[in-house]
Parts: sequence; structure tokens; C-alpha cells
Amino acid sequence: MVSFIKASVLIFCLFLVACANQNKAPESLYDDVGGQPVMIKITDNFIQEISFNRTIYQYFAKTNIDRFREKFIEYLCVSTGGPCQYTGDTMLKVHQGQKITEADFNTTVDLLVAAMKDAGLTYPQQNRVLEVLAKTRREMLYQ
Amino acid sequence: MRIKGLKTLSLLCVMTSATSVMADAGKLLATAGLSQIEGSGGGGLVPWATLAGYDTRDETSASVFMTNVDVTDYRLSSIGIASSFYDRVELSYAQQTFHLPVSLNKALGVGEIKQNILGAKVRLFGDLVYSDYPQVSIGLQHKSLDQNTVASYLGAKKDSGTDLYLAATKVHLGLVAGYDLIWNLTACATKANEMGLLGFGGDGNNHYQMVMEGSVGLLLSPKWVVGMEYRQKPNNLSRVEEDDWKDVFVSYNPNKNFNLTAAYVDLGTVATQKDQTGLYLSMTGYLW
Repeated sequence: MVSFIKASVLIFCLFLVACANQNKAPESLYDDVGGQPVMIKITDNFIQEISFNRTIYQYFAKTNIDRFREKFIEYLCVSTGGPCQYTGDTMLKVHQGQKITEADFNTTVDLLVAAMKDAGLTYPQQNRVLEVLAKTRREMLYQ
Repeated sequence: MRIKGLKTLSLLCVMTSATSVMADAGKLLATAGLSQIEGSGGGGLVPWATLAGYDTRDETSASVFMTNVDVTDYRLSSIGIASSFYDRVELSYAQQTFHLPVSLNKALGVGEIKQNILGAKVRLFGDLVYSDYPQVSIGLQHKSLDQNTVASYLGAKKDSGTDLYLAATKVHLGLVAGYDLIWNLTACATKANEMGLLGFGGDGNNHYQMVMEGSVGLLLSPKWVVGMEYRQKPNNLSRVEEDDWKDVFVSYNPNKNFNLTAAYVDLGTVATQKDQTGLYLSMTGYLW
């Protein structure tokens, strides 16, 4: 009888824990990938990748890299649901006048994927980040 | 027929060499899709809305492919070339060789049937990955047999015909537990019996019929795609049953120059022989 009660209490507890877990707010992509340190790592890797790509580097020839780094970290943070504020310009304004081709855009996506991979993101996490960033693609191409 | 094919090939060469901008790393890896058994860009058995190649709106691309299907009683090999222009128009040429088993060979006096397929496809709208709606393309495949002995013996009305299709394809980034999902739906108007290898139209039905074809796949990594396909088939010949086709496939894309796909296909009954299942192997090389 005692063991039955013990077992019942145990099962009840497990049940409560399971329910509590279900009620917890879903973790943001930002938290899932590892928060601010990972945002910084991705951004630094991305800058590194760009600096080794002749074609894409051209677009950044006149860019203030320190400012780009700061704003890109913010942008990644906000886009993935992190607790930041984006203080940079819109994607349209940033890319306007650069006439970015589809091929160069896709090459840059490849560079960003490499940056995320080096920052330790799993393939599903990389896809989720691309999914949120891809929404503004139209503002970046051929502007 | 062979001369016609060569002419097309040289036309493709002239057209493509006239343009200087070529696809190098245009699209994202694996988004060029595969080479369809009839030469169009697609999955394996089903033509998709994707164009065969990694070209973007500023580029051209060209690819060659080789496919072998080895089922219980038959073998089919298909070789061809496809070229895509500015992510808008795709032209393709394929030659299929259908090897008959010795028993049928003796009865009919035919060992193999060759079929030439000229294909054209136009992307109407949408971007496979980035638009909210699917990429939609319209295409045709004009097919002609080198001889009609088997086709007419089985009751087919013609030895050439044209399939028309409308295809919608979409990649959903990270949709399934973070993995990208690709789906395709194709509506095809056709009179072809077993893809045309057994002629076009028949004593049972001689009109165009609408068939549905579909594919679904999952990108397990940037390089590996697994999925399945279904291709509905008409039933025009009263004396020989024709079944829908299905397959499960795994595709390997190590880089943007090469693709290798293996599939287990179930073709059902083909030209009186039941339970035709076996291995499908396909390779695509992207020239530029």
C-alpha cells in the first residue's frame, strides 16, 4: 500500500513537471542558439568571411566596419527575438545604390552560413536564422 | 531523329556560347534540383518548376545527365543535356533507350526502343526559396520514338506526342524541426503510354488526359536530400495495364558541379510484366 502511494505521488509529480514544461513560453531562436555571445561570434566570423571574398568585399570597400559590426549584432539579435534594439538603417537604405545581384546575394548567404557554422549553430538553427533574415531579401536585391 | 537531336545540341551550344555571364555559384546549393528522367529539371520521375542549373537572372547554365533505371524485367537508360537562361527559360534534350527482355525481344523482333525528347520550360513567377508563394513554371516535352513496332502492336495510335505541364515547387526554410522542406505539384496533360515508350494514345483512350504528379523532400544537410515522388499515369491501351509510378530517393550534392541521386522505384505493371521495382541511379554534371 505504501509503495502504491509512493508510486502515485511520484507519477503525479512527473505529471506536474510535464505540465509545467508545456506551459513554459517557447524559447526564442536567440536563446536557442546561445544568446549574445553567439550573435557576436557569428558577426565576427561573417566579417572574416567577407574579408576573404574578393567579390563580396567590394561592396564593403567604403563601409565603416566597426559600425557595421555593431549594427549587425543588433540586427541579428532583434531578428532572432533577442532583447535588443536595432539602431541602424533599414535593409532598404543600407543596400540602396549597391545594385546587388542575385548571385552575389546568394554568395553572401553562403558566407553567412559558413559564419553560423563556425559559431557552432546546428544545421536546423542555421535554417531558422536564414528563414527570419530572408524576409527582407526584396529590400536588398537590385536596389 | 538522331540528326535532329544533334542540331538541337549545336543550337544550344551556339546560344550559350554567345552569352558571357555564366552561372558559377548563382543559386544556393541543391536548389538546382535534379535531372528528370525525360531531361527536364525536376525530381527524378516528375518535372518540377525549378530550372535545370544554378543560373540566376543574370546568368546562364548548362548541365549533362545520365540516368539508369534497372527494374525486374526492363532497363531504361537516359542521357541528355539541359540549358537554362537567366533563371527564366530551360531547354532540354534527352534520349532514352528502353531495353526489352529477351522473351519479348524474340516475340516482337525488337530489342530496344529509343525515344528522343525535346523539352522547354518557362518560369512564370515565384522564387523557389524566397517568395511567399511557390515558384510556378509551365513546360512541354515533345517526344518521338525511333520505331513504332511495339507501340502499334500494343494498340497505340501514334509514335510521337507532346506533354504539357504546369508545376509549382517550394522550399520552406527550417519548416520541419529546423530542416528545409521541398514540395512539388505538377499537373500534366498527356497521351503518352509509359512516358511515350509504348507510343501515344490508344484503343482504350485517345484523348489528352490530366494526370497529377507530386514530390516531397527534406534537406537533411546542405548536401543530402531525401524524399519521395508519385506520378499518376493514364491507361490508354486496353490490352496492357499501366500503373502509377512511385519512388523514394536520396540525393547527394557535394558541390554546385555535381549531383548523384539514387532511388528505389516501384513502376507497377509495365508492358504486361507485373511488379516492376528496382534501382534508379542518376548523375548530373553542371558545366557552368
